[in-house]
Amino acid sequence: MISCEKAADICTRAQYNEATSMEKLKLRFHIIFCKICAEYTKQNKKLTSLCNKARLHSLSEREKAKMRETIRKLG
Amino acid sequence: MAENQLNPNSWVDNYADYLFNYAIGKVSDVETAKDLVSETFLAGLKSAKNFKGEAAERTWLIAILKRKVIDYYRKSNSKKGKAEVRMSSNSYAEDQGDWLEEKVADPYGNLGSDSIENEELGLALQVCIDKLPRKQSQVFTMKTIQGISTEEICNELDINPSNLWVMVHRARTTLMECLNKNWFNS
Repeated sequence: MISCEKAADICTRAQYNEATSMEKLKLRFHIIFCKICAEYTKQNKKLTSLCNKARLHSLSEREKAKMRETIRKLG
Repeated sequence: MAENQLNPNSWVDNYADYLFNYAIGKVSDVETAKDLVSETFLAGLKSAKNFKGEAAERTWLIAILKRKVIDYYRKSNSKKGKAEVRMSSNSYAEDQGDWLEEKVADPYGNLGSDSIENEELGLALQVCIDKLPRKQSQVFTMKTIQGISTEEICNELDINPSNLWVMVHRARTTLMECLNKNWFNS
């Protein structure tokens, strides 16, 4: 069976659809026996759905750099 | 008793995304929101000497942004005011009700209570993201909010994928705790 550390790693990547089917199968098997990872997986999924619901926006690094520069010059 | 201080050099890192999301919630246009954030920082610099340290830095900046949002609506209303009245008087000629009041531009008019709740959730989440260590919040934001591919982030920040996933994992763990404390218990 995979370790809890490995399970958390797969679980995190699964939130971004970057875990393979085999990995997800291993994770599912792991959480049948591991209450802690089962709870962690549940919370992690919830965070993903909250992030989707929140529809946050973010300024790009370039835009932020421009703002930083302006503030530095005037500050 | 001036406990709070202004640190303009960390404004962008600490508050830019928060202010940006706040502004988008009010004006629902990304480009306008960007301009409002820039204007807020500039106005903040100009009036920094008036800062008494009574409010937290974030609160103070939001107060400035709120005024910018009001100015924005004032300007855009005075520009298109006439056209709106003409259109309204045609389509509501028979309406005896308070049609004018119903027609006045209301920034929340098209938002259901769901979107308002989601907006509040977004801001609560952004506060939590801003509390993360800088590198973690940067990686989490690029990956989750900007949806940039793992490969591209690794190239840009010069890290390897396992570094990236460790940081995302730590960020997510902290965010879950932060949201449980500040969102679900409030």
